[in-house]
Amino acid sequence: MEYKKLDAKDIEFLISLLGNDRVYTGEEINEDFSHDEMGGISRIPDVLVDVNTTEEVSKIMKYASDNLIPVVARGSGTGLVGGSVAVFGGIMMNMSKMNKILEIDEENLTLTLEPGVLLMEISKFVEPYDLFYPPDPGEKSATIAGNINTNAGGMRAVKYGVTRDYIRGLEIVLPNGEVLNVGGKVVKNSSGYSIKDLICGSEGTLGVITKIILKLIPLPKKAVSLLIPFPNLDMAISTVPKIVKSKSAPTAIEFMQREVILAAEEFLGKKFPDNSSDAYLLLTFDGNSLEEIEKAYETVANICLEEGALDVFITDTDERKEAVWSARGAFLEAVKATTTDMDECDVVVPRNKVAEFIKYTDELQKQFDVRIRSFGHAGDGNLHVYVLKDDLSDEAWEKKLSTVFEAMYSKSVELKGLVSGEHGIGYAKKSYMKEQYGPEYVALMKNIKLAFDPKNILNPGKICQ
Amino acid sequence: MEILVCVKQVPGTTKVEVDPVTGVLKRDGVDSKMNPYDLYALETALRLKEKHGGTIKVISMGPPQAAEVIREAYMMGADEGALITDRKFAGADVLATSYTISQGVRKLGSFDLILCGKQTTDGDTAQVGPAMAENLNIPHIANVLSIIEMKEKSIVVEMDMASTVEIVEVQFPCLLTVEKGIFQPRLPSYRKKLITKDREVKMITLKDFDDKNEKNYGLNGSPTQVERIFPPDANSDRETWTGTGEQLGHKMASKLKTLKFI
Repeated sequence: MEYKKLDAKDIEFLISLLGNDRVYTGEEINEDFSHDEMGGISRIPDVLVDVNTTEEVSKIMKYASDNLIPVVARGSGTGLVGGSVAVFGGIMMNMSKMNKILEIDEENLTLTLEPGVLLMEISKFVEPYDLFYPPDPGEKSATIAGNINTNAGGMRAVKYGVTRDYIRGLEIVLPNGEVLNVGGKVVKNSSGYSIKDLICGSEGTLGVITKIILKLIPLPKKAVSLLIPFPNLDMAISTVPKIVKSKSAPTAIEFMQREVILAAEEFLGKKFPDNSSDAYLLLTFDGNSLEEIEKAYETVANICLEEGALDVFITDTDERKEAVWSARGAFLEAVKATTTDMDECDVVVPRNKVAEFIKYTDELQKQFDVRIRSFGHAGDGNLHVYVLKDDLSDEAWEKKLSTVFEAMYSKSVELKGLVSGEHGIGYAKKSYMKEQYGPEYVALMKNIKLAFDPKNILNPGKICQ
Repeated sequence: MEILVCVKQVPGTTKVEVDPVTGVLKRDGVDSKMNPYDLYALETALRLKEKHGGTIKVISMGPPQAAEVIREAYMMGADEGALITDRKFAGADVLATSYTISQGVRKLGSFDLILCGKQTTDGDTAQVGPAMAENLNIPHIANVLSIIEMKEKSIVVEMDMASTVEIVEVQFPCLLTVEKGIFQPRLPSYRKKLITKDREVKMITLKDFDDKNEKNYGLNGSPTQVERIFPPDANSDRETWTGTGEQLGHKMASKLKTLKFI
């Protein structure tokens, strides 16, 4: 499909709608808006606009639809698969100025907010009400709409589930400019196809989210983390299915290796409480009293010691949690700082296959003579495996990366895993998804896209296209 | 090397409320923890022991439940511990507290090195450590940033003097209060918890002391009179000054005089 090339008349329309100071072209557009966090895929939009209201979004979509101009809605740009890159140019709507929290409803336990509110603002806002928004992705400066569009998971998924489980209702602007409300403050909903669940994870391809109603739950009063050193990663990860089986319900089960911890120490300029072992599990338990939590974690601590853990360290105070979790939060940036470029595989495999998958990536490291680093959510099977460029030439890197990725995704298929656990498909992972799903599945996705966006103007070139 | 570490149990959170009627801290339902600054002192002791050998004892003063922080010290690697506890010690100010602990220390043994955190998060005076050293008649160095060298009869340390850093050598026995960040404190170990669960926490009361005169302890021994405890008013007025510590000190003093605070 041929899109219309933006001209002076289009810019004039945008200025008449938004005013001069919210429309940016050419040099005025910060380079940041040409790519996301991972880089690699980049294109500067023809025009960038700051939007403040649903009405503005609606008018822009209507205009773009009438004139066949591609539009991309963008939050903080913290994505990792090029999902928010305007690969066809056109209009980019910066949603991050729509960042107001509109209402906390303590009778329905919901929070109504605009799409550009940052994840970190949500917990800060609701916790004084003794309420809790459980999804906890590592990137706290992501916007809530970005989280919804990728169905972000995060570290508490083991116990509390993922972003999709906390969306009650959405206001969306369809590609033709019509405004639609889906879901609501209701707890149950069997009223036809669940459009809100389809929007969640659609990576900005089906509609533009302009308002959100989130589900909240009572805030657990206490939390304790356990940092558990193991002689090697294999032993650490092999213990995870036994922890899951014990039904003690930790909120998080993360694994980490010494190399990544050392990188985080270097990156943050502060020491981690322990770096003497090759591999660690990091678990969190929450509840309403320390006694209750202690009972749960002692079972798990004993399992770990039986499985060969060197010790179990207790992380119970704010200072201790800060020392451990600030490092965990910095892993991605820290690994990035040790190399020239990297790309990520965010596969999800059944939980009892994590050990096998990680062992396999370790073999690939030797087989292809490339540095591979991984850490992640051992408890929910979602892995973050990073292949590092180091001093490879661009050409050699491209080649090696595609071979290594091909191998990893094939392994994931073999283990009955899926391409992405929480970062999405976007632009970068399309081929791997298509390969796994096959033509019928992809055709169904394309038809869904067609139903929402017959002119294919909203974030084109992503996921199934 | 005989090392003693002084630790205190403090409220687990900074969000402690003050009862507006009685002016007393609402401690009910508030968790407690080891004073975070003391973790640095304990970690320093553990590192010294790992390198130079010796034993580590910990001492605390407080109500019987403060034995928890001694147990926590065991979980981090301390060898022995004692709690100074007696109703007659209640209401002690800095002077009485430091005197009481120094009496307890004498009962616990003789030490080459006594380590304290630089201050507590509840009292915040940073005076009990140095005052204890005076009572024990040993030298002390406050705000130690790092340990440069351990010698047979002395220790060389870096001490933070706000605008300068001094390197000093001090003879054993001595007392050091250490700064946050001297070492990253290790986490309590569940394995050690299992091993030490039956280890004794020695209780020291007034009758164990050399000086049994009740007048020297608790409220009786405290010249500080607390008239009222109240939460500070939230005030967002602010002025920013720049200058050396000395200049700012003078400026602060004259400002406080102008405001009739002093």
